[in-house]
Amino acid sequence: MKIQILGPGCPKCKQLAEAAENAAREMGLDYELVKVTDLNEIMSFGVMMTPGLAVDGEVKSVGKLLSAGQIKALLK
Amino acid sequence: MSWKVEWRNLLVMVAVFMGCFYLPIGHPRFDKAMLEAFHLVKWYAQEHVLLCLIPAFFIAGAIAVFVSQAAVMKYLGAGANKILAYGVASVSGTILAVCSCTILPLFAGIHRMGAGLGPAIAFLYSGPAINVLAIVLTARILGPELGIARAVGAVVFSIVIGLLMAFIFRKEEKTKAALPMAIPEEEVKRPLGQTALYFAAMVGILVFANWGASQESSGLWAAIYHAKWLITSFFSVAFAVMLVLWFAVPVWKVGATAAVVALLALIFPGQPIIAFTAGFIGLSLITSLSQGETSEWFTATWGFAKQILPLLLIGVFVAGALLGRVGEEGLIPNAWVAGAVGGNSLAANFFASFAGAFMYFATLTEVPILQGLIGAGMGKGPALALLLAGPALSLPNMLVIRSVIGNKKTAVFVALVIVMATISGMIFGTFF
Repeated sequence: MKIQILGPGCPKCKQLAEAAENAAREMGLDYELVKVTDLNEIMSFGVMMTPGLAVDGEVKSVGKLLSAGQIKALLK
Repeated sequence: MSWKVEWRNLLVMVAVFMGCFYLPIGHPRFDKAMLEAFHLVKWYAQEHVLLCLIPAFFIAGAIAVFVSQAAVMKYLGAGANKILAYGVASVSGTILAVCSCTILPLFAGIHRMGAGLGPAIAFLYSGPAINVLAIVLTARILGPELGIARAVGAVVFSIVIGLLMAFIFRKEEKTKAALPMAIPEEEVKRPLGQTALYFAAMVGILVFANWGASQESSGLWAAIYHAKWLITSFFSVAFAVMLVLWFAVPVWKVGATAAVVALLALIFPGQPIIAFTAGFIGLSLITSLSQGETSEWFTATWGFAKQILPLLLIGVFVAGALLGRVGEEGLIPNAWVAGAVGGNSLAANFFASFAGAFMYFATLTEVPILQGLIGAGMGKGPALALLLAGPALSLPNMLVIRSVIGNKKTAVFVALVIVMATISGMIFGTFF
């Protein structure tokens, strides 16, 4: 699956990317982590509160720094 | 040895070596500037961090966690009432823009998916100037007049600039199809009144703990100053009660913290800062070791502190070295500053706006830099002009704005900001 982190590169976005990486690895998923940093591309997801998290192009969370536990629930 | 890889390292080494070789130690102006820098850093650490910045970080963290951003965004959506959208956009920076890196995505979002160019521009312009941390620090260090002028000026001119932009580009805007906005559904955790009282208590603590001595020895202001720790305690007790009642913090934790604070206040009655600090250590322990909302609150607060404090300290140091404390001189001679931005002439205001628009200020560092400039002879008008044009625009963020709205609109926006900042500086400088 494709996990996308939407955010222009602020500290929170990096933390979210890290948490997502940990969560996916612990679950043993076959995943690819992509950081979407271009503002126009982020907008095309309909996301304006960063950081956002999308799975396979579907937005799951907006404007929140989720914990690894919360991300696991979203990846299921 | 491969020079293709190593040339960068060599360059850095040569630069550092040259810097050390020609280090101007012993040159009176340089030595003085270094001393000034350390004096200024010390003054900030003593006067502003514990009483002012720490509570402000907690408030900013609380805004990020307890205030629903989605609820605000509803008023900036595609179907929103236009007049309301401008009003909300101009003031919502307080809630939405606690971190400077959230401003640009929100700006792009309001433009592309929401209420359109005008409100988006209004938000972009006012956001950096009216977030809580900026207002608190501006008012505390540069004085309440400039703090209030900055907030009011930012809000008023953001609407004017937004309306002008929408009017100038009214034809292009109509053809734009709005994208759907992804806004999460959020459960309502507590009535609005409770959240409001909670914030009122925190703001009360911040305001009264920092209440400055007034010039008169009697009257209302002096009376408040004498009772400031009593009033601060009152707000703190109210705050503690709310933590227990509405935020499910165990009574014994709050009670233990309160007992320690009260004890310290009795032992060191002359130094209330000790009890005050103990209170915040207690609050940090309670929130960081809890689960759920209060833990999120601490995480957000800690995030702000980690992100802003180092930059601010570096900013203070650089400002001290370049400009010195008030009444002292740093590396840059006061005469240059007074010559460029002294008084309240059109040229001084324009220069301040223009420089501010292109210069990059890391979050909040505009405050120590301005303090240095004012101490070195900058007029109040140009100071406001720089405060209005500075944080809203910088060369790096112009490039991002350009990628969102294109060359022409960006150029017009930058021009409007410079003109408006110059005008507000002139007006402010005439009256103060």
